Amino acid sequence: MSYIPHTDADRADMLKTIGVQSMDELFDRVPDEQRFPPLDLPDGLSEMEVAWEVSGLARANVNASDYATFLGAGAYNHFVPSIVNHVLLRSEFYTAYTPYQPEVSQGTLQAIFEYQSMMVALTGMEVANASHYDGATALAEAVTLARAQYRGKRTKVILSQGVNPQYRAVARTYHQGSGMKFVGDKGNATLTDLVDMLDDDTAMLVVSYPNFFGQIEDFSTLAESVHKAGALLCMVVDPIALGLFKTPGELGADVVVGEGQPLGIPLSFGGPYLGFFATRESLVRKIAGRVVGQTVDTHGRRAYVMTLRPREQDIRREKATSNICTNQGLMALAACVYMSAMGKHGLRKVAELCYHKAHYAAEQLNALNGYSVDMSRPFFKEFVLTCPRPVAELNDYLLEHWGIIGGYDLSKDLPGRENQMLVAVTEMNIKDEIDTLVEALRDPDAHIGHDHHH
Amino acid sequence: MTTELILQSQKEETPAPLEPLIYDLGAPGRQGVRLPDPDVPTADLPADLLRADLDLPEVSEQDVMRHFVRLSHLNHSVDTGFYPLGSCTMKYNPKLNEDMARLPGFAQVHPLQDPSTAQGALALMVQLQEWLAEISGMDAVSLQPAAGAQGEFAGILLIRAYHLANGEGHRTKIIIPDSAHGTNPATTAMAGLEVIEIPSDANGDVDLDKLREVCGEDMAGMMITVPNTLGVFETHIKDIVDVIHGCGGLMYMDGANMNAMLGVAKPADLGFDVMHYNLHKTFSTPHGGGGPGSGPVAVVEKLAPFLPGPIAAIVEEGEGDEPPLYGLVMPEQSIGALKAFYGNFGMMVRAFSYISTYGAEGLRDVTRHAVLNANYIRARLKDAYTMPFDRVCGHEFVCEGHWDGVEDIHALDISKRLMDYGIHPPTNYFPLIVPEALLIEPTETESKQSCDDFADAMLTIAQEAKEHPELLHDAPHITPVGRVDDVLAAKQLVLCCRPLPDYGA
Repeated sequence: MSYIPHTDADRADMLKTIGVQSMDELFDRVPDEQRFPPLDLPDGLSEMEVAWEVSGLARANVNASDYATFLGAGAYNHFVPSIVNHVLLRSEFYTAYTPYQPEVSQGTLQAIFEYQSMMVALTGMEVANASHYDGATALAEAVTLARAQYRGKRTKVILSQGVNPQYRAVARTYHQGSGMKFVGDKGNATLTDLVDMLDDDTAMLVVSYPNFFGQIEDFSTLAESVHKAGALLCMVVDPIALGLFKTPGELGADVVVGEGQPLGIPLSFGGPYLGFFATRESLVRKIAGRVVGQTVDTHGRRAYVMTLRPREQDIRREKATSNICTNQGLMALAACVYMSAMGKHGLRKVAELCYHKAHYAAEQLNALNGYSVDMSRPFFKEFVLTCPRPVAELNDYLLEHWGIIGGYDLSKDLPGRENQMLVAVTEMNIKDEIDTLVEALRDPDAHIGHDHHH
Repeated sequence: MTTELILQSQKEETPAPLEPLIYDLGAPGRQGVRLPDPDVPTADLPADLLRADLDLPEVSEQDVMRHFVRLSHLNHSVDTGFYPLGSCTMKYNPKLNEDMARLPGFAQVHPLQDPSTAQGALALMVQLQEWLAEISGMDAVSLQPAAGAQGEFAGILLIRAYHLANGEGHRTKIIIPDSAHGTNPATTAMAGLEVIEIPSDANGDVDLDKLREVCGEDMAGMMITVPNTLGVFETHIKDIVDVIHGCGGLMYMDGANMNAMLGVAKPADLGFDVMHYNLHKTFSTPHGGGGPGSGPVAVVEKLAPFLPGPIAAIVEEGEGDEPPLYGLVMPEQSIGALKAFYGNFGMMVRAFSYISTYGAEGLRDVTRHAVLNANYIRARLKDAYTMPFDRVCGHEFVCEGHWDGVEDIHALDISKRLMDYGIHPPTNYFPLIVPEALLIEPTETESKQSCDDFADAMLTIAQEAKEHPELLHDAPHITPVGRVDDVLAAKQLVLCCRPLPDYGA
């Protein structure tokens, strides 16, 4: 099977025009001994055969459309209205190039401009960029912004342990050669401890809202302390939570980043996702990613264009703040369509459904013998369930006996938390599923052999 | 469009926007999605923690659909027209691949599920890694980088980590030809390394003498694109590699131009140590209007321990007819994770499906035809446009977008005029070392007819430039909007539609 349209006659004509005898003559410049090496790949297949083979691989995965799932920890099973995929499958969107040529890219440009406007509304900030690869890289680029803001004079970034561990790891990867140092997330520092670490070398303090454990911490006086130290406050947020809770803008954040996957993007085994990034207007020239701005065309008609280009790698080369070429254009479009369709009232309702269902689940599970949920702080859609036995065992049992994908095993990131499960509940979890989970956890001994007891 | 019509259209009053903003559609209280009421007892919401208002649109589902379909009509795209966009490989995006990526067994899999429940996804990744290793001749691959630029970043961090591990932290300089993509120097700077730029000679090759001059103990490696961004295969590629390896540096290949290399030469055979692929260029995954892409990084054995991860791998061989057990592994000296999870998996499914379709000989054919198309268009244009390098090209070629005696016509004018012929402009003003550069890459999926239409348009424009330069100056004429004022956009930043600015003046 092939998507090459040439006929024998075409090839003959073209070679004649070029003035060579054969196709292979076009490759004379490649050193002889390296030219046309053997390629150990299977033979090409017909469309039908490819579909069989790839579908077979797809069927070999347990997935959220067949199983009840309570797994979150950075990727969530939220409802995606049909319209999102229908818009994404418009050829004119998904087969378009990056909109460098505004005269033939107004569709993509206006959609991104609308997405930016919605992210501004959602976060309570002043500007948003066109997106980053995912939430983790958006955080890494927030650190890039902080570094640029203080021209490398402040090199310390204080990270709360409440920030998703993967995000913290990615920020460190990005800055292993940039001279930025990260502190605060090893050990069990409280918010007060983090504030005590602020000094004149601190470029940014990063917290999560809600935090990795699902809780809403009290950030009411945090911005004041951070700003007093002359540093920037960055919040990593869940966009669905912002349908309900106070905006980071209102809480005094300078940079807001997060994972936009909950806004109409499928789980897709971890990608492609959507990193969103919003900040204050005063910092706009330090943003690493792409930005779309409004202008006019030669007739005075409203039009959109990628702007602040002089910061970028293709112009600034080694002086650029970042090497970003592209963003997650189509994912930003998905979020834009999702937020349009959900709208002012829909997103609030999604958030409320998550809140009510998560609280119902937490209370039911907390009431079980041997289980407990820390409900001392407000939480949104995730909570930590302390279990009477290792989560790994319980998850095997849930999957095998009940067809449930259980919560996240916190010991994967935090040694010593073998019995702690991070449970995520969204609008997709109907009451029956929650009740079944409670039922299943009530007496796992009936199913798990006693020899597994610790 | 005749000149008369063009002049008439310029007399119009300020025209209405092509499409209102989504915020200007709809009505208060309108909703596009119906959601169920809670089926559980409701909890009290913490009043003091809640936001006041949420300024999102209030529109019906049909409002949304019409709005975005109308917006889509304003875009050029591969499915509506030709994209001779150098360095970007805008080939056809097969529809089968879109269906495959959307199968629930891929699209609905959570990345943190136990690996035993995602064996199909992991098997696909392992197979794709093996194929990408085979095509490049490299030994190991990480699929994690989310784009070409991130693949590059991974590659440069790898080089840095390798030298550090060998106690050679003093190697901090990366050599980059002046014809390189802007990402190369930007990536180097991001990794905390220093850029040494070296010039190209008159043939578009790296200047070997200069290269020998700058090579020393402080050199970490060199980044180079093959074929280079001028569309030519470096004559002295082996010599370049020898010089760099000779002083203890590593060779990085920017894989942007892999569409000219499939089955033609393996980068590892040429002496490269590390490279990145762009699945959205070479392996047909859609560009998506600027992402998502995917930029896997491939390395030789000695660099494998430094790869970003986690990486899919066989963790237990199967016995007899049993399939192996797949899992996720972090390389022992990994530079770390570049993003959350394992990469843009949806793009991997599409690329897997694409490689399955073509197979070994098919991929070789892809490159043969990509190179055939480029050389054919080049042959048709060479009498009308200046070709700075008179030699057979790879899958793209550069020509100059200006003529002596037509002083005020620039590459930009030619680019904008092409839009009136329904063709997306080539890459212009890159590479930087060619005056008024137009970098043209047709890809293999364009037919001879399509190449001819483009060549005809370019020849007509060359005529117009001499006879009616104003046609080019004022172009485009028949696109949704006329030439867009990017200076104003940068001067009066309007990045959000609430509230709208006043263009009164």
